[in-house]
Formats: sequence, structure tokens, C-alpha cells
Amino acid sequence: MRYIPLTQDEKQEMLDVLGIASVQELFDDIPEHILLDQDLELPEALSEAELVKHFRELAKKNSDLSSVVSFMGAGAYDHLTPSVIKHIIGRGEFLTAYTPYQAEISQGVLQSTFEYQSLIAEITGMEVANASMYDGATALAEACLMSCAATRRELVVLPSTLHPEWQEVVKLYLENQDVQIAYLPYDRQTGIIDPNAVGGINWSDVACVVVQQPNFFGLLENAAALGELIHEHGGLFIMAVDPISLSLLKSPGELGADIVVGDGQSLGNAMGFGGPSLGFFAASGSKLIRRMPGRVVGETVDTEGKRGFVLTLQTREQHIRREKATSNICSNQALNALIAAIYLNVLGKVGYQEVGMQCLQKANYFKQRLLEIEGLSAPFSAPSFREFVIQGDVDWAEINQRLLEQGFLGGLPLDGCGLAGHVLFSVTEARTKEEMDTFITLLRGLI
Amino acid sequence: MSEKILYTKEHEWVVVKDNIVRVGISDYAQNELGDVVFVDLPELGDVVEEGEGFAVVESVKAVSDIYAPVSGEIVTINEELEDSPELINESPLDRGWLVEIKVDGVAQTGDLMNQQEYEAFLKGV
Amino acid sequence: MATKKVVPLIIERSTPGRRGYRLPELDVPEIPLSQLIPEEHLRTEPAELPEVSELEVVRHYTQLSRLNHGVDVGFYPLGSCTMKYNPRVHEDVTSLPGFAALHPYQPESSVQGAMELMFNLSEYLAVISGLEATTLQPAAGAHGELAGLMVIKAFHAHNGESHRNEMLIPDSAHGTNPASSAMVGYKVIEVPSDDRGGVDVEALKKLVGPNTAGLMLTNPNTLGLFDENICTISQIVHDAGGLLYYDGANANAILGIVRPGDMGFDVVHYNLHKTFSTPHGGGGPGSGPISVSKELAPFLPGPIVQKEGDKYVFATPEHSIGRLKSFYGHFLVFAKAYAYILSHGPKGLREVSETAVLHANYMMRRLQDVYYLPVDRHCKHEFVLSGMWQRDMGVRTTDIAKRLLDYGYHAPTVYFPLIVDEAIMIEPTETEPKSTLDEFIEAMRAIAQEAKEYPENLTSAPHHTPVTRLDESRAARQPILRWQKP
Repeated sequence: MRYIPLTQDEKQEMLDVLGIASVQELFDDIPEHILLDQDLELPEALSEAELVKHFRELAKKNSDLSSVVSFMGAGAYDHLTPSVIKHIIGRGEFLTAYTPYQAEISQGVLQSTFEYQSLIAEITGMEVANASMYDGATALAEACLMSCAATRRELVVLPSTLHPEWQEVVKLYLENQDVQIAYLPYDRQTGIIDPNAVGGINWSDVACVVVQQPNFFGLLENAAALGELIHEHGGLFIMAVDPISLSLLKSPGELGADIVVGDGQSLGNAMGFGGPSLGFFAASGSKLIRRMPGRVVGETVDTEGKRGFVLTLQTREQHIRREKATSNICSNQALNALIAAIYLNVLGKVGYQEVGMQCLQKANYFKQRLLEIEGLSAPFSAPSFREFVIQGDVDWAEINQRLLEQGFLGGLPLDGCGLAGHVLFSVTEARTKEEMDTFITLLRGLI
Repeated sequence: MSEKILYTKEHEWVVVKDNIVRVGISDYAQNELGDVVFVDLPELGDVVEEGEGFAVVESVKAVSDIYAPVSGEIVTINEELEDSPELINESPLDRGWLVEIKVDGVAQTGDLMNQQEYEAFLKGV
Repeated sequence: MATKKVVPLIIERSTPGRRGYRLPELDVPEIPLSQLIPEEHLRTEPAELPEVSELEVVRHYTQLSRLNHGVDVGFYPLGSCTMKYNPRVHEDVTSLPGFAALHPYQPESSVQGAMELMFNLSEYLAVISGLEATTLQPAAGAHGELAGLMVIKAFHAHNGESHRNEMLIPDSAHGTNPASSAMVGYKVIEVPSDDRGGVDVEALKKLVGPNTAGLMLTNPNTLGLFDENICTISQIVHDAGGLLYYDGANANAILGIVRPGDMGFDVVHYNLHKTFSTPHGGGGPGSGPISVSKELAPFLPGPIVQKEGDKYVFATPEHSIGRLKSFYGHFLVFAKAYAYILSHGPKGLREVSETAVLHANYMMRRLQDVYYLPVDRHCKHEFVLSGMWQRDMGVRTTDIAKRLLDYGYHAPTVYFPLIVDEAIMIEPTETEPKSTLDEFIEAMRAIAQEAKEYPENLTSAPHHTPVTRLDESRAARQPILRWQKP
């Protein structure tokens, strides 16, 4: 009730205008037997000071990465975040606006979204990008559905090296539309899909093939070969990519991708225990662009010929096409997309490449140091970027508990993927040599 | 065009020449839609059934399915619409035509309206 | 509002060699790139990102922000969107590193505070809805719809009733309802409205049948009216073997007053960014948790937080539909909703809804002599007028909306719901002072007068905004969706 300005006098004035004695009368049309006759069973209201205290107490029950050094990735990454981001997104004009339905007073959100679309199109090498999706996994699921609609086929080929949670999300979306899924196995020696060993699939039935680059194990796939294969059979090529890796790696556009998706958390967004982040979604080809899900901002002019921006291609969307819409998505992740855009802008052309380069160099250094430890080995031979898998006959979950006591968050044990004794490490530019060396020393003592 | 123009209740027009039926949308329909911004036409060779939605005409904030007035095969599409969808607004009965459908035998147009009947029909809309 | 000068794109401010951020020096021995990654994987040309200083970035976005309306800037009566004030303390408490800097895969023992928050919020939402169990995973309202419909579908399949493939949806519904139904493979059956603005009960009786999977309903509906026949409606659908889905977009009218569970609903989605005041962020992030009945709880997407003794653990319900999103949902968003519920308490939440409803009725009564009111009865938190009278003067509802921008307001939702011609949907919310409501009423009345005397003032509006009316046809005909190198 701290945010309700209505005074008793004002309330009475309003009741007088309405000609009623109490607010209760406004609810007379609700059947009496379902009206609540007691308070909801919730805690009593807290003052601002009490609220802050409660949140501090809850926060204290967590070990967060402002004091713990993390080597964990697997879809959420501890990158450096320029301070300027939080100051810009704290501006109420961005924070407290909604979807820019009235373009004339929403040019801030519209232009910044247009710039975001431009940046995503640029790093992915695609013609266009939309205004963002919920996250990388849902963006991929929507891309698969879009491929089915565009090709009028109902079989999707997924790599077994796709993030396991993304596999689950895609499966749930597709099975609800009776779309079949086939999986490409990975080579146990290289850790990536072998484009020459993809038999057993009737490729002319395939709507799309998906490649995650780098894959869940952090390894670089032979994406181009899979792209050529699917294009020979008239299907679409989808790449799920990490946006930081694109500073160094060949763009999906160069590799022939038709649709590109990914998760944008690593572009300046807080990990926030897994959300919110954003999914980006880019495509090439005018036919595909008109099938994209989600909001899209386009450039135009006003009545005086001045450049301006509007939501466009809206007839794809649910509020117009209802059950025939390309997707049910309504909101996007505007504020997270704004963060991603500010991040890329402030890093700039050179800074962006440096982040990628430092991730690669530091991950390599850390990997080599780990391999110096007796009993640890690298199970996969394909080149890696920021993440890699290490194998050792030890209980990684137990080791992680011990490391946490020392202020380190270890890698992700892969037991859940059928890889006992395997662990997935991630190293970003935020890690220092000293932190890595200390970790190695601690780990030696635990193995 | 000298051939007689006929209308459907869905506000499409047809002009029949032998076994070729040219299809478009009426002036009333384009006016209701507003500025047309995109036209999704079928592929050449597609076979359509009478009453089936075979094309989509879009304005900024509305979408209209176009239903086949006859059954047959799509033999020509108006490729000009791809770059200039506004032709539907500017010239709905002429340059804004959509497709030509080839029918088997003689086109069944018995239940379509002529110009006069259509105008009367519009008054009741 | 700000200057009429065009703000250049940030890439147009770029100067080769300029930097906006510096990383620490690389402190490990550098290995040549070609030794780490084979050339076939490497980019040949660097991405053309802007080269700007930090100050230029700050100025750029500050200038852009000044072209934008938000709740912080002025009244934002956008119907169905609940644009209420977003308390700033929520931004403070959720940016504590103890929440913002948590990795989603940390061991559970190291995130007990975050899990406690999730557990409590889930419980509170269940209490508010009068239902049993909650998942916080869905990312937004439409995503919640998807989750709820998948749960309904799984429930029917579990009972050997996979043939139930029809979803009943009123003609007044949000577009997301039919779109979400299509995404789970349901056939949409449209239910007409009656002349009181509610579901046509007689028509509904004829539409239910052995294939009915359920009914999706917003109550109060998109006309802002409470459906008085709700108990009859739920009886009809339940008797046919279907389930009831509550679209919570309009939940700001019912907090602590009536619970969807008591109305007969089996699934509820909330829009935390509407009812529970998490900032809309220019279009997102939202958050769309769903609460469900005891029968549906085993089908919820996982993982959800459970309490075992004094520990919180992640668990997946027995017949879970699976996973709808990475990780656990929009944690930082639901942390703000949790804060909102705590700072209001049960009495505060009830006062929220009572005030929102009082505000809407007050405005409706003070405007109905100048704008046509299609259904004349008490509204709830929002109401729908029609610009039909003005249309006869050559002024469309778009023009009224655009003219409101000149007065410094965001326009109401227009042309929705679809069942009202020239619809104008106004939702004032509880956080606006009466003086703002009165000023807006005066602006609406002045515009109605203008429509009579100077209609061209409206048809050429807006006049005082950073840009004038934009050419949407041009944008859609030849889409320019990204910056291109000149």
C-alpha cells in the first residue's frame, strides 16, 4: 500500500461521482459465494527498510561470484561487465516503457532495438535479426518450428552435442506439434559430429539440421559440411552460436546458415541464477524473414521525411493473425537486448575481438595446467574455444564442494550426460593467471 | 479487359477467358484492407480447390486470406506484386491482379455475381 | 519531450581507432591463434562494430532515452498492460551480488537463499490464485499460456483422452490465446460474447463436447468486465470433461477479492510484469509463472523448488511435461515480484485491486458522455470506450490516440478488443494520483471537442513529438531491418 497515493478525501469524491457508498459495490457482479471473506494467507506488509533487510538475509545464504571464483559455464558465463551498462539501463525511459506501440513517443526503444538488430546481424553475418526472444533454447525451438513451416516437412535433426537443456526445450516444443526428431551421434574421439557418419536419416524429409557452435563440450563442429548436406536436400541449416565466440570464429552467414540463434547472456547480462537473458534470432532470405517469430523494428520516415523507426511486419504476429501467427510470442527481452547492444558498442570493434582472444588464450592456459595434473586427461581432440572437457577418475561433485569451501566454483560434472568422471570447465577473460594457478594448486591437493 | 468481370462474396473478382480464370480482389476489398504491403502468392503449378485459401494479402495491420473461386492449377502469378504490392490499391481490377488458374473444362461461375449484383451485395454489407 | 533533431545511429558516430572499454592486459603466455584454432574456423574480416568512447555511448543512449515515454515520464493508461509504478527499491535489492551474480548450476547448498525466495514466491502465487502448485519457469505471459496448455494436453493424454483437441476461446480474447493453442496443436473454437460483454452461455453449451480440451478465459475480460456467469461457465466446461485456463493479464482487478481457483479455474498464468510491478523494460523481460490445481500439479514443467526438512531442493514433478526454458525462469524478475508481494501484504494487495477498480470506474463515468460506452455497467480495473461518435466526424481512434501523445500521455490500447469498433481501452492502475486522472479526463474531453471543431488537428497529430506520424506502409513494403554500410 506504500505506492497507492489515493487519500480518503479523494476516495470519497470518486465514490460521490459514482453515486455509491463503498468500493465494495463495484464488485457486486461477482457471485457472493466466491468472494473472499478473509485476508489472503500471506505475510504482513514490510516497510522498505524491512524489505531490504530481508533480501540481505536471503542473499547471505548464497555464495555468489563476487567472492567465489568461477570456472563454470555450460550456458551461463562470468564475463567482465562494463559499469556503464547498469547506469544506462537504469534510466526510467527505458526501464518503465513497454513494447513501442506508439512509435512517435518510443523512438528511444525503437532506435536502440534497430541498432541491436544491426549488431546481431553483423556478428552473425545474416541479413536481419529480430528484436530478441526469451532465451537461446526457446529461440532454437522456434527456429525449428519455422523451418518446418517453411519447408512443409516434419522432421528435425538435432546434434547430440547440443546443450542438454536446449535439447529438452526443443523436444517439448516439437512434440506438441507432432514434429519428429532425429539425433546425430558424436564421435567419441573428436567430441564432434562426423558429417560422414550421418546415415539412417532420410534427408529429403528433413526440415532442418541444427549445429551448435561451439558445441556443449566447447568444441568446434564442422558446421559447413553439415550445412552443405542439408542444402543438397532442400532443408534449412540452423546454427546455434555463442556470441562471444563470433568475435574470432567464421560467421554463420559465411558458413551458409539460413537461421542463426543463440543466447545473449554473455553480452553484458548478469547471470542472475539463470535469467533473464535474451535469445537472439537472425535469418537470411526474404521468404524466411517474413516467417520469423517475434517483434521486428524497421526504418521509415515521418510525414516530414525525417528518419524514424516502427514495429514492422506485424501481420506475422499473434495480435493480428491469432491462431495462424508464426508464434505466440508477444514480449521480447528488450532490456536484455539493450544490455547486449550497449555491451557490443562499448567494447567496440577491437575490444570485442580482445574478449574472444583472451577467453581463448586463458582457457588454453588453464587446460594445459590441468593436464599437468596426473590422472587428468583431455578426452576429445577437436579444437575448443572457451570451454573444454577434462576426464579423471574422481568424484567431481565432491571435489566441487571442497573447492567451494575455498572460494572456487569448479566445472560442471557431466555424469548426467552419461560421461562419468568428465567435467566441463569454462574460462573467460575475467579469470586471472593467479586465480587459475591457485585453483590448480588446490585441485592437486584434492585429487 | 473486355471479358465480363464477376465477383465472389469474399470480394474477389474473376475474369474468365476460355479455361483460364484470372483472379484479383475488389476495389471494396482493397479499400477495407488499407495500404497493401505484402502479397503471398502460391507457387506456379500448385493445384487449388475451390474455397481453399491459396494466397494472402497483407496491409500494415490486417491480413486477408484469398479463397480460390474455382478449382484448378496456378498457371501464372503476377510477379509485379512482389516488388509493388501497392498495385492492389492503385489498380485492383487491372494491374493488381493476383493469379491465373487453369480449370478443367469450362469454369463454373454460375453462383458468382455480376457488377450490378455485387454493388447491390455491397449495400447489404 | 526532447529535441526534434535526429539522433544518429551509434555506428554513424564511429571513429576508427576509438575505444570505449579496456580489458586487463593478458596475463598468460600468448599462443599464436593459428596454433589454437585451425584457419578454416576463423573469421576473415572482423565484425564492423562501432568504435566509440564511453562518453559517446552514454550520450547516445541518454539522447535516445529522451525520445521515449515510460511510466516514469508520464501517465501510461495502456489497457491490459497494467503500467503501474515500478518501485526502485526492487532494483536495489535484486542487484545485490547475492542474487545477480549466481551461476544457475552452483551446488544447491550454495544457493539456498535464492531457492527459498523461489519457494516462497511459488507458495504466495498459489495462495493468491487459490490453487495448489506453481512453476516459475515460463518467461512471459504467452509462455505461461504455452506451459498451461501443454499441462492440460498432458493431463488429458494421461487419462487416455488424447482426442480432446478443441480449445474454446471467446471472441474478446487476447491474440496470444489462439496463437498459444495453435502451438500445442489445438483447434481453436471461438465463443461469441453476449450483450453484457460476457461469454454467451447458451452458445457455449452448444460448443462444448467430447473433444473439448478446455476454455481459456480472462476474467475480468478484455472489456474490463467481470463475467457474472463464471460459475455456470466452469460447470459447463467441467461437465464436458474440459479444463479452465485463466489468462492472468487482468489479475490486477482481483487480488485478495476473488481467487481464480474459487471461480473454477484449473490453471492460472500471471504476468509478473503487469500485476506484480516488475518493470516492462521496453517490451521485456516479463515473467509468466503458472499455478495449477492438485490434479495438474504432477504435470508441471520442471525443475521446481521443494522443501525437504529445512533444505530447499530442485525436483521434477512426476509426470512433468518437460522443460520449457533454460534454467529456472527469469529469476531476477520474480525476485522483484516477491519483493512487491512482501511490501504490500494481504491488505495492501487487496487495496491495490480496490483502488485500481475505483480509478477505472471514476474515469469511465466522467468520459461516457463524450465517448460511446458499449456496455454500461461497473467495470473492473479497465474499461473500453469506442470512438464511433468521433468516426462520424471524420476522426478515427488512431487520431485520438496520436493526439493524446501531444498532451504528454501514452495512448490507451486501441482497436482491441476486436469485438468493439474503434475500441479505446483505458487502464489507469492504482498508483496514479487523482490529479493525473483528472488531467487525463480533461485531455480526453478536449480532444472530443476538437474532433467536432477542428478534426484536422487530430488527423494530422501528433504535432509535438520527436517525430511526426511515421510511414508504416513504407516500412513494411520494403523492410529495412538493419543498418547497412553506405
